[in-house]
Amino acid sequence: MTAQATAEPVRGEGEHGDGGPGGKSRGAGAGPGPGLPGTRGRGLLGRRGTAAWLQEYGVYAAVAALLLFNALFTDHFLTTDNLRTQLIQVAPIVIVALGMALVIGTEGVDLSVGSAMSLAAALLPLYLGYGLIPALLVALLSGALVGAVNGTLVSVVGLQPIVATLALFVGGRGLALVMADGQLKQIVNPDLLALGTGSLLGIPLVVLVAGVLALAVAFVVHRTTFGRQVVAIGGNRAAAALAGLPVKRVLTGVYILCGVLAALAGVLATARLTASDPSSLGTLMELSAITAVVVGGTPLSGGSIRVLGTVAGALLMQLLRATLVKHDLPDSTAQIAQAAIIIAAVYVARERRSR
Amino acid sequence: MKQTSYAAKTAKTAKSARTAAAGTPATASADAPALPAPGGPSGPRPRPASTVAERLLAGVRSQGVLAVLLSVVVVASFVYPTFATLDNARGVLVQASFLAVVALGMTLVIITGGIDLSVGSVFALGGVLAAWASPWGLLPALLVPLAACGAIGLLNGLLIARAGMAPFIVTLASLLGARGLLLALTDEGATTHLVPKGSAFAELGQGSAAGFGYPILIAVALFAAGGLVLQRTSFGQTLFAVGGSGDAATLMGLPVARAKVTVYVLSGLLAGFAGAINAARLSSGVTIIGTGMELDAIAAVVIGGTLLVGGAGSVTGTLWGVLLLAVIQNLINQIGSLNSSYQSVVSGGFLILVVVAQRYVSRTRKSL
Amino acid sequence: MAPPEAAPPAARGTASASAPTVLEARGVGKRFPGVVALDDVSFTLRAGETHALVGENGAGKSTLIKVLTGVHRPDAGELLLAGRPVGFARPAEAQAAGISTIYQEVNLVPLMSVARNVFLGREPKNRLRLIDFPRMHAEAAALLDGFGVTVDPRRPLHTLGLGTQQMVALARAVSVDARVVVMDEPTSSLEPREVETLFRVIEDLRRRNIAVVYVSHRMDELYRICDRVTVLRDGRHIHTGPLAELDRMQLVSMMLGREVSEVRRDGVTGFGADGHDVTRTPVLTAKNLVRRHQLDGVSLELHPGEVLGLGGLLGSGRSETAKALAGALSLDAGEVRVAGRPLARSSPAAAIRAGISLLPEDRKAEGIVPGLSVRENIVLAALPRLSRGGVVSRARQDRLVEIFVKRLRIKASSPEQKVGELSGGNQQKVLLARWLCLEPKVLLLDEPTRGIDVGAKAEVQALIDELAGEGLAVLLVSSDIEELVEGADRIVVLRNGGTVGELVGENVSEDALLAALADHAPPAETTETAPPAETTDAVETADAAETADAAETADAAETADAAETTDAAEAIETAEVTEATEVTEAAEVVEATEEDPR
Repeated sequence: MTAQATAEPVRGEGEHGDGGPGGKSRGAGAGPGPGLPGTRGRGLLGRRGTAAWLQEYGVYAAVAALLLFNALFTDHFLTTDNLRTQLIQVAPIVIVALGMALVIGTEGVDLSVGSAMSLAAALLPLYLGYGLIPALLVALLSGALVGAVNGTLVSVVGLQPIVATLALFVGGRGLALVMADGQLKQIVNPDLLALGTGSLLGIPLVVLVAGVLALAVAFVVHRTTFGRQVVAIGGNRAAAALAGLPVKRVLTGVYILCGVLAALAGVLATARLTASDPSSLGTLMELSAITAVVVGGTPLSGGSIRVLGTVAGALLMQLLRATLVKHDLPDSTAQIAQAAIIIAAVYVARERRSR
Repeated sequence: MKQTSYAAKTAKTAKSARTAAAGTPATASADAPALPAPGGPSGPRPRPASTVAERLLAGVRSQGVLAVLLSVVVVASFVYPTFATLDNARGVLVQASFLAVVALGMTLVIITGGIDLSVGSVFALGGVLAAWASPWGLLPALLVPLAACGAIGLLNGLLIARAGMAPFIVTLASLLGARGLLLALTDEGATTHLVPKGSAFAELGQGSAAGFGYPILIAVALFAAGGLVLQRTSFGQTLFAVGGSGDAATLMGLPVARAKVTVYVLSGLLAGFAGAINAARLSSGVTIIGTGMELDAIAAVVIGGTLLVGGAGSVTGTLWGVLLLAVIQNLINQIGSLNSSYQSVVSGGFLILVVVAQRYVSRTRKSL
Repeated sequence: MAPPEAAPPAARGTASASAPTVLEARGVGKRFPGVVALDDVSFTLRAGETHALVGENGAGKSTLIKVLTGVHRPDAGELLLAGRPVGFARPAEAQAAGISTIYQEVNLVPLMSVARNVFLGREPKNRLRLIDFPRMHAEAAALLDGFGVTVDPRRPLHTLGLGTQQMVALARAVSVDARVVVMDEPTSSLEPREVETLFRVIEDLRRRNIAVVYVSHRMDELYRICDRVTVLRDGRHIHTGPLAELDRMQLVSMMLGREVSEVRRDGVTGFGADGHDVTRTPVLTAKNLVRRHQLDGVSLELHPGEVLGLGGLLGSGRSETAKALAGALSLDAGEVRVAGRPLARSSPAAAIRAGISLLPEDRKAEGIVPGLSVRENIVLAALPRLSRGGVVSRARQDRLVEIFVKRLRIKASSPEQKVGELSGGNQQKVLLARWLCLEPKVLLLDEPTRGIDVGAKAEVQALIDELAGEGLAVLLVSSDIEELVEGADRIVVLRNGGTVGELVGENVSEDALLAALADHAPPAETTETAPPAETTDAVETADAAETADAAETADAAETADAAETTDAAEAIETAEVTEATEVTEAAEVVEATEEDPR
């Protein structure tokens, strides 16, 4: 509309300049007027620029700031041992958050990741008798199943993601407990224990796995057809469908991936714990994962996936908690701080969204 | 009839032909597909008004859970002699009353199309606050948790209705926040505040009238009030409208944002209140209760026939849903050999069934 | 159907001419980021009149209505209600002031009962301040009975047909002691009988001195019930006056901004002056596409190397046709064939595989993925072709992007720039590139130049020309008359969801198109004649047309008999006229009917 409104007098009489994106308010926000290329965005920077910058780089800045703070004021923080511990602790969260990032990229959410972890943990000891690999496969398969149920409910039945994943959020852990008979089981399989405690070139295996997966997910997102379709579907579902993208298939695939990653995180966490504990493993994991994703700059409204940001987001929350603990602040403070950060991150993302 | 449109020679001719065929000159053309067209393919006609099947479905949605509940109770009474005893019934009802009060608030929230995941934490926080304040008397023991939990609800409501943030993430964060607050109040869970023995507050949780514990009576009274508010006041109608179609509600001039804020405040208040009464019953503010309670509440609400996407539901349905969950839990205990986790499996199974069924029932209609 | 000029009863205009003004907008302006939706628009509504508000897409009708009903606050100008300035902050305030609205898409709550919907927010209460349901149901039933709708007020709204739902909306709107009722395309989902009921209600409102703002693009309706008309275009006020003084042609020219018999100026658009070499065998044929309330028998043929224009007013089904051809809109009946083979499944993916690409009308909602880069947007649909083993080949992707950025002269700082940051014209070029890199056989362009700047517009138009020259079959949907006439080799005209005619050869002119759009009897000299190039076809087509005629007339008469018409006599009379006209015209006209010769 701007285009025509400004252009019409120049064009002369009779030119039927058509009216922009319709008279509806929804149509607001058309591209900048063509006559004024230089002025674009200048007005946007400032108030919105801050929010945009925060969303883009805030998480890295915060991680750096926390590291700096700890280097200066916390004893024994920047030691190999401590950093190693932090990384090991954060690894399962990173893995789950990677899957969550994919789901959130499609404008969805998966509340059942904690349940998927606990299911995997419950299944492991049941099949460890056949060896590590079969047990691992069964565990991952259970994650895939959880994801397939979620994905089908979302893409085929057409439920809202929250509603769709709620059922397994409610029932998944119960199922795990039923299978494990509600008991904590010690893990004695040396292979699995090695997975939890072993290291390669000085890097703990768990951390290595998380790192490799982060790279793999980044590759999927940026370089594969599937990844690009995921982002496009989250960015504009209608446009993606019109462009002939297999929307249902991609959506189901994303939830399956998320389920498998959660199950893998469950396996690794179990290996670390040296016990299968389906009743408490992964509780509130959905919150930690969503936090990592959102704090990392991926908007809940989909259409963008920031893999590195997600990793940084998980690290940030981990460092924050560690910092508070090292300074003798109680766990309660850490929880309240985490809640505040989530709200702030979502609020900032929302500001950006309403552009 | 169909052929007229493209076989016509000019605009003029086509016009007349179409007009002629339709009979009502001014309007025929636009609605032509719906006209009887001999031999031509006819578009889907408007569904005939409410069919038997539709009424049946509506009946199942509102009363189905009651039927399930009754049949479970009847069968269980025959199978387990210990089930159908007055003592057991009282126990089940008292157990259920706390979840019921929490689920009442959840019902209102879900009817507006929202969700409140913080109720479990708020429930626990309400209990701890009540126990902490109980030495000062009955009134502080009730008002302190109500004030704090109402404030959490208000914060939830404002962030959701005014700042436009997604309900699940806001209330997930306040789940964490409320839990943190609770830990801060109890020296990281190390201290358990006790309710003075024999105080009026303790009586509220432990006493009974006419053979029914006060918690049961309180829950019944709250449900009666909730039902009245929901069905018989403009506020209640507004909740349905907000959940059914937020845009329409706005265009009709209804106070949408205020209604949303109110339901989250109510949800917080009810969860806190339930926590307080529970503390009175247990004589202490137990710090580790309430985890996962939000899921039970949601399950009860949805099993009770309230649409998880909002716009339809009833508090009576929720009541039956809560009772059904409680009875199943009780039966699992009666069977003894079963793991108590079966309950959440059953809940989850019910949830999937109900939600998918609701989707298919409402899909054809809502998308009309 | 009486000619429109004679339609409005004389009494109407005079009755309201002296009536007091009940609602007035003075110099109202409203802008949204990047869009001026209303620019100094004035509007007066007199008590008891039915005032038509017309305009094409983006004219500002919806925005004006939203300003009048308190949904939007105007940035400039003022509103006066019965002479007193008012400012509505919320819809509730406008409603309290006596302005009620019914919207095109029923804006009620589907899951709530009829009575609850009618009385939402103002439920009748008993002594205890609780809702008095028996009274509410009785009042709702009485109210609806008055509209000839017999329905149980306890029934959930969604169990009713759309038309009945609209009646409930109407009942709600008029039951609130309204002084003004705004109706935004109220008939788009109504059956003929329901439209009659609506008109009766409007007559009743008129008698009760209640003013009606009537938004519709159905000419018949406007001329039947409206006293005055206000025309908006591009957010500006164009004309207000008694409707009886305007014929359809004049009204349509005002809506579209084209003067009748304005001299045609070649070269104003980016299209070349010459036509294209058209192959005889159609690459795409659509036969009798039907979709309830939207399409009612659209047929067309598209040949390689031609630009086929699709003309029609708003609501004529032009976009729906394009979407149906691209598999994005399921059909109730009809068939789409590509290169002789029917499209098996109605899905965009299937259509794309068959070589059909659609540039959708709503660039933002259905076209671009704003958060993705220019590169990613361009190759979105082509990803499977650019990948091996699911991994996108960067080299091939970059080559493709480079080619199209250069060829379409897409102005972006780099292929990495987000498409959301580009100007409308460049966004459109990105979308064109997305489709062109699929090497389609058929390109469906729905309003390809809407809302883009003049330079880009000419470039896009030149590109369309070039593509057709290369043998691509192009369907050009446009509300821009000039663009259609200069760009298209032929123009198929749609009205009310059906094909009503076609302009070929000499008749691809603005006058002829305006006449066709306005349903205006064409002057004798503009009657279509067969272009020399198509004489061979002509005979064939005439034959086919004749056969169709016979069937059609019989059909029409039959339907007229069968239908419960209010005025059967008139219907049959018209049917006869139809026949006569057709016979005379069949001989001379070869209007490549879209009829498949079989």
